[in-house]
Amino acid sequence: MKNEELSLKDLYFKFRDPETIKALAKEIKKEAKKLKEPMRVMEICGGHTHTIMKYGIKQLLPENIVFIHGPGCPVCVMPKERIDHAITLANQENIILATLGDMIRVPGSKSSLAKERAKGADIRPLHSTLDVLQIAKDNPDKKVVFFAIGFETTTPMTAALMKRAFSEGIKNIYYHINHVLVPPPMRAIMDGGEAKINAFIGPSHVSVIIGAKSYEFLVNDYKTPVVVAGFEPVDVMESILMLVRQKIKNEPKVEIQYKRATTYEGNILAQKMIDEFMEVRDTFRWRGLGDIPKSALKLKDEYAEFDAEKIYADVLPDKPIDDHKLCICGKILKGLANPTDCPVFATACTPSSPLGSCMVSDEGACNAYYRYGR
Amino acid sequence: MKITLAYGGGGEETQKLIKDLFYKNFSNEILESAEDAAVLELKGKTAYTTDSFTISPIFFNGGNIGKLSIAGTCNDLAMMGAKPKYLSVGFMIEEGFEFSDLEKIVKSMANELKKINAKIVCGDTKVVPAGSVDKIFINTSGIGEIKQDNISAHNLNKGDAILVSRDIGRHGTVVMAHRYGVESDIETDCKLLWDEVKALIDAGINIKALRDATRGGISAVLNEWSEASNVGIEIEEDKIPISDEVIGLCEIFGFEPMDLANEGTFILAVEDKEKEKALEILKKFNKNASIIGKVTEGEKVVLKSPWGSKRYIELPKGELLPRIC
Repeated sequence: MKNEELSLKDLYFKFRDPETIKALAKEIKKEAKKLKEPMRVMEICGGHTHTIMKYGIKQLLPENIVFIHGPGCPVCVMPKERIDHAITLANQENIILATLGDMIRVPGSKSSLAKERAKGADIRPLHSTLDVLQIAKDNPDKKVVFFAIGFETTTPMTAALMKRAFSEGIKNIYYHINHVLVPPPMRAIMDGGEAKINAFIGPSHVSVIIGAKSYEFLVNDYKTPVVVAGFEPVDVMESILMLVRQKIKNEPKVEIQYKRATTYEGNILAQKMIDEFMEVRDTFRWRGLGDIPKSALKLKDEYAEFDAEKIYADVLPDKPIDDHKLCICGKILKGLANPTDCPVFATACTPSSPLGSCMVSDEGACNAYYRYGR
Repeated sequence: MKITLAYGGGGEETQKLIKDLFYKNFSNEILESAEDAAVLELKGKTAYTTDSFTISPIFFNGGNIGKLSIAGTCNDLAMMGAKPKYLSVGFMIEEGFEFSDLEKIVKSMANELKKINAKIVCGDTKVVPAGSVDKIFINTSGIGEIKQDNISAHNLNKGDAILVSRDIGRHGTVVMAHRYGVESDIETDCKLLWDEVKALIDAGINIKALRDATRGGISAVLNEWSEASNVGIEIEEDKIPISDEVIGLCEIFGFEPMDLANEGTFILAVEDKEKEKALEILKKFNKNASIIGKVTEGEKVVLKSPWGSKRYIELPKGELLPRIC
C-alpha cells in the first residue's frame, strides 16, 4: 500500500497506542480517588467485554471501578428453545439453513447446528448476510431459511437482504427473525436493581444505528450516566474517564465518545429500512433475563408468507427449557455474577464443550474470561 | 485435456501419466528403477514423517498444493534437525481434473525438491469418480538425516529465549481472503525452511525446540511447548512481527493473527545467551525475525501488552468462524 493513501491501519492504530492508554490509566486513577462510591459500570455490549479482557483493561483500573458484564451477546441471550427452532428447521425436508458465525456452535436442548451439520443437515455459516442471495440463486429448488440473529447492528442487514431478494424476484428465502433490542434489557436490569449498576458504557455499533438518543431514559428515569464508546482500548479507557468525571460532578447525561461513527439520532436510513419489514414483538424470552416486553422484532404480517416462524409454527417448540443446572449464564447476563463465580467455569464448561451460551460466543463473558484471563 | 478414470486404471494411460509427467519431473534413479519399493541407504539417526494436503483453493498467491506438499513434509523433517532426503508421494485425483493443472502442481513440486536436493523415490496415483475427492489430495512422506539431535518440545527451561523466524499469519490470511472473496496482494509464506535450520546448526547454535507454526498458528505451538515442558511462556505483544495486510484482514474478519496458519514460519527456543546470535542468523533470511519472549515459571502462555497488562494466549478452539458484529 502506498504511503500517501489512508490505510486500514490508520483506522485503529492510534486507538491502541500504548502511551495514550498509559496516560488515560494514570488520569483515571487520579480522578477515581474523588468518587464517593465505587463506580459499577456495565458494558452492555459483548464486543466491549471482549475488548476489556483482550486488552487487559481491568488490570489498568483502580479497585473502585468495577465492570459488570452485560447481556449484549446475541447468541448468549437466545433461549434454548429458540436454538431448537434452528435445529428443527435445519432438519425439515428440502431446507438449507443459513445463519451467522457463532450460532453454529451454540448448544440447544439436545444438539447444536454444528452437530446437525455433521449428521448431514445443510447448514451454511455466513460471513455476510447478503451471501444468502447467492445460496438461494444456486439452489432454486430448495427453501433457504435465514435464521436471523443479533442486536440492532445486524438487523439492517436482514432488512437489506429482504429488500434485495424482493427486488430481484427471489422467492425461496424465508426468515426466522430473532433480532433483539438493546434498550429494553437495560431497563429490565435497572428495574431489577440487584446488579447495583451506576454507570453504562453504551454499545458501539448498535448506537451507530439507533443513535445515542436511545439511552436518554437511563438519565431521565434512573439518573445513570451513559457514554457511547468505540471498541478499541483507547475508546474504552477514554469512556471510563468520561464516566468518572460525570460521577464526580453528579450530572448524569448521555455522552458520545465514539464520535467517529455515532450520532445522537443514529442512522435514519437504516432505521427506516428496518421499519419497512419488521415491527416490535409484544414480548420475547431472553436467556437469563426472562420475558421482557417489547424487546425484540418480528416480521410484519404482510410478509407472513416468508416468515419461517409462522410457516413452521406447528413443529417449532415453544416450551421454556431450563439451562444446565450448574450453568450460571443467567446470573452473568443479569450482571449478578462473574464467569469465575461459576462452579463449572473452565472445568466442565469450556469453549470446546460449552454448557452455556456465554462460553460459546466470542462476545460471551465466559468465553472472553476463558481466552484472556481468569 | 482432462484426467479421466482411465488414468488411474493401471494400464496404458497410467503408464503415460507416470512416465511423461512424474518421471520426467521427479527424475532420479531410485524412482525410475520402477520396482515395487524404493531401496534406500541411510546413515545414522533418521527422521520420518507424513502429511496429507487438501486445500481450497489449490492455487493461491505465492504457491499451490504441490509446493505446499513438499514444503510441509520437508519442514516437519527440518524442525527435527533433519536434512530432507527422500520423499514418497500419493496423488488422489478427482476425474475431470485438468492435466495442465496437474502438470503445474508437479513442476512446482520438482522445483522445491531441487532447492534442497531431496528426491521423490516412490509414489502412487489414484483417479476417483467426480465428487469423491475435492479436485486433488496429495500425501507426502519424508525421510531425513538428523544433523542435530535432541530437538524437542520437552526441552524448554526457565530463562530460554523464544524467537520467530518472520512475520506471522500469512498463509491463513491468503486462504481466508480467497474464501471470502477479498482481493489482496498478500502472498503466502509457504517456503522450505531447511536452509534456515542448517544455518543455525552450522553456526553451532544449540537448538532446544523448533516447530513450524502451521495450523493453529503460533498460539498452538506456544501452548504445545508450554504443556510439553511444563513451563510458562511470556510473549511481548509488540515484538511479534505482523504485516499490515495480515492485521488489516484480521480486523475485517475478526480473527487473531496468532491463531492463523503459516507454511514457512517457525518458532525457535534457544538458551538466553545464544538468542542474539540466533536472531542475527534468522535475519539473514528474513528481516522480520524477532525475539518475541522467554520461558518462565508457571504453566500458561501469557501475552504482555505494551501498556503493562497481561492476558492468556489460548490454544485456538473449534472451527474459525467470523464474528457476528
